[in-house]
Amino acid sequence: MGSFLASRLMTDIFGGLATGTVIALIALSLVIIWQSTHVLNFAQGAMGMFATFVGMNLVFHGLNYWWCLALSVVTGMALGALTERVLIRPLYGKPEINPIVVMIGFLGVLEAIIASIWTTNISMLPSPFSEIYYEAGRRTILVSPFVIYEVIVVALVLSGIALLFRRTNLGLQMRAAALSPEVSRLLGVRVGRLLTFGWALSTGVGTLAAVIVSTGQVLAPTNMDGIFVSAFIAAAVGGLESPTGAIIAGVSIGLVEQFILDFWSTSVAPLSGVIVLVIGLAIRPQGLFTRQVSRRV
Amino acid sequence: MIRVAGLSVTYGAVRALRDVSFEAPTGQITTVIGANGAGKTTLLRSISGLARAEGSIRLDERELLGMATEDVARLGVAHVPEGRGVIAELTVEENLRLGTLASKVPLAESLASQYAQFPALERRRRNYAATLSGGERQMLAMARALIARPSVLLLDEPSLGLAPQVTAETMRTIAQLCASESLTVILVEQNAKSALRIAHDAVVLHLGQVAAAGPSREIAADPELRRYYLGVAS
Repeated sequence: MGSFLASRLMTDIFGGLATGTVIALIALSLVIIWQSTHVLNFAQGAMGMFATFVGMNLVFHGLNYWWCLALSVVTGMALGALTERVLIRPLYGKPEINPIVVMIGFLGVLEAIIASIWTTNISMLPSPFSEIYYEAGRRTILVSPFVIYEVIVVALVLSGIALLFRRTNLGLQMRAAALSPEVSRLLGVRVGRLLTFGWALSTGVGTLAAVIVSTGQVLAPTNMDGIFVSAFIAAAVGGLESPTGAIIAGVSIGLVEQFILDFWSTSVAPLSGVIVLVIGLAIRPQGLFTRQVSRRV
Repeated sequence: MIRVAGLSVTYGAVRALRDVSFEAPTGQITTVIGANGAGKTTLLRSISGLARAEGSIRLDERELLGMATEDVARLGVAHVPEGRGVIAELTVEENLRLGTLASKVPLAESLASQYAQFPALERRRRNYAATLSGGERQMLAMARALIARPSVLLLDEPSLGLAPQVTAETMRTIAQLCASESLTVILVEQNAKSALRIAHDAVVLHLGQVAAAGPSREIAADPELRRYYLGVAS
């Protein structure tokens, strides 16, 4: 058993899962915003990093890791809510390109703000769990307590989000508000509050991903830039309407990247997202997991 | 009862409604008829708070003008908009669940009452609304509006796109519901003949103003109104 878990195949699978679950978490945060407001948030990574800096910097001042994590997520949720109220709300009903342009601009602004506030505080964010891989005999299994923590967090968040959208009245109202705001208001749905909540929830999830990405690394404003591209591709391939699709596509990108790294070349590995994008969109252009609703005419 | 007094609505340079006043009594159907562009839809949108208006709209003693649309809905004013407003990407049951937000009645009981009224919806409760026929969508829109047991029902062109037989069935259902639930119904219709047949009172709008108002039988019998609005020669 130990030699099987340490085999080349399983090593690649474990490595791919570790990267893929984080990609999936960020993709999920993009899907939440899309499902609740039909906006693509290109500043999601930077927003998560801003909240991570606010909360996790306190780790270096002696505060408990878990309190800092909670503070980061709460800050992310507040930033998301504020962004919706101030930057996005005036753009509802305007051309779809407007919020995209605004959020690309906001991405640059946030990264500049982070760099100007935390100029000298370059420190490695400590991990709450060991990142040392398990061993079976003399062989290394590419799984550490931190990887297990990462996978459990993603599984819990995915289950929670899926339950929220499919099984609760709040989730139903969020979907209705995004699909048909005027009809929703006629039914008594408080659309404005739900749009704000959707952004808060999404940025909270994005911040959780940013903390995981930054753990064991030097905190930098651009920590999320690379992985955000993969997450964006995962959201597009999985279907922006489908949290499950985003998760599966995100994990798939992680796995493809790991296998390319191992069997092909490190220089080709960053293209794994593009490879999944091309194959995914060729099979199903509307997204692999988007439910197609046939309309009766 | 809905009391509309001195209602005016302006879209830019266009005055969609000018000084419109009428009453829609409780437990009765008041139909609003008129040519395209007369301001019928704008009138309903003003009552629901979707259009900015001046004047007064009272539900019993409560002023509705200036209230948010969702608050008007939660007061018991159900509005089935033009095109029915069914959310195609949600299932039949999800559409119905949305209608229960303002209701204090348990969900299962609310759904059961609507499925008893519209049995076809129960058979299709897991289907997406996009897959329903025009008549079924009309049923769903009505059921969703009624599920929270509103006191006022605003209907905008319920016969639009329906076959004559389905239109007649829809009008019968509206009349039955009005009587059994003691609803205040304001019915906007292009199909004036069908609307006048079931309505107690009628308001004729012409270019945003009230051209005539009164018992629907009198409106239907007026030769001039018949010629202009009902398409009848004599």
